[in-house]
Amino acid sequence: MKNIKFLILGVIFGFILIKAEVISWFRIQEMFRFQSFHMYGIICSAIVVGLISVQLIKRFNIKTLSGEPIKIAPKTFNKGNVIGGFMFGLGWAMTGACPGPLYALIGSGLLVITVVLLSAIFGTYIYGVLKDKLPH
Amino acid sequence: MNIFTQPWPWYVSGPLIGLMIPALLILGNKAFGISSSLRHICAACLPGKVKFFDYDWKNESWNLFFVFGVAIGGLIAGAFLANPNPIQLSDAAIASMNELGIKNYSGLIPSEVFNFSALLTVKGFILMVVGGFFVGFGTRYAGGCTSGHAIMGLSNLQLPSLIATCCFFAGGLAMTWLILPYIMRLPF
Repeated sequence: MKNIKFLILGVIFGFILIKAEVISWFRIQEMFRFQSFHMYGIICSAIVVGLISVQLIKRFNIKTLSGEPIKIAPKTFNKGNVIGGFMFGLGWAMTGACPGPLYALIGSGLLVITVVLLSAIFGTYIYGVLKDKLPH
Repeated sequence: MNIFTQPWPWYVSGPLIGLMIPALLILGNKAFGISSSLRHICAACLPGKVKFFDYDWKNESWNLFFVFGVAIGGLIAGAFLANPNPIQLSDAAIASMNELGIKNYSGLIPSEVFNFSALLTVKGFILMVVGGFFVGFGTRYAGGCTSGHAIMGLSNLQLPSLIATCCFFAGGLAMTWLILPYIMRLPF
């Protein structure tokens, strides 16, 4: 039952993704072609709100609802940030979707995107198999 | 009802997406991120064989509930409260779509290229299957996607996330400007 709150937050997030149109292949193309401010406005304003929230949480030692101190694991640099990041960028422009939008698109009734999701799961699996052989 | 069927401008939807970060932190001490769900699905469905997937995915099940919620949100917003009008693309984008040979831009995705029968064409296979593979392999290799790196990571001022985000864009630009025109020109 403790997971119900995450389900509800997911519903809200999926709703926003559709209404923001960030799940649209066309909007992603428009972004990579610098033909509209829409996507940049969304990403930048999301970061600004997230940044302010995280700083406030740290500054005022805000706790979780159950009273735990909030911990955010730092990200550590490795070559995968560059190589994997570039690969994901290629896929982002091809499919017009990052992982969140894949789920939202399938939910909206575009069942063919299930193929893209299964392929993404397969890609993650192959990464797991090859992990130790890849430069990090 | 209008505000629920109409698309939302960037200055409404962007800040709302940003609020997911404090919501997840305060409600459950969870860092915003979507692509980990792909790993948990592997761990749940294909256990025991590969070290990278040999962990108790049930401890991370919140993430699977979250993405299942995203699909339900997509159903509500995209099916029941769908925008009846086509996306208002810029004129420049419409011209570019015409150049790519895409005539139907009324939906969320180009239905001419993204459909089940197109899977049997080279063009459709590359865009959907190879593209999906790059998304799954690339995000895990990079340690996160647009949500985990670009939004969560940058909000927490993480340098690796800035590097990853720049590389996401480098890859997207390379595909859009250098490779995609050739894929779209494939006759089959």
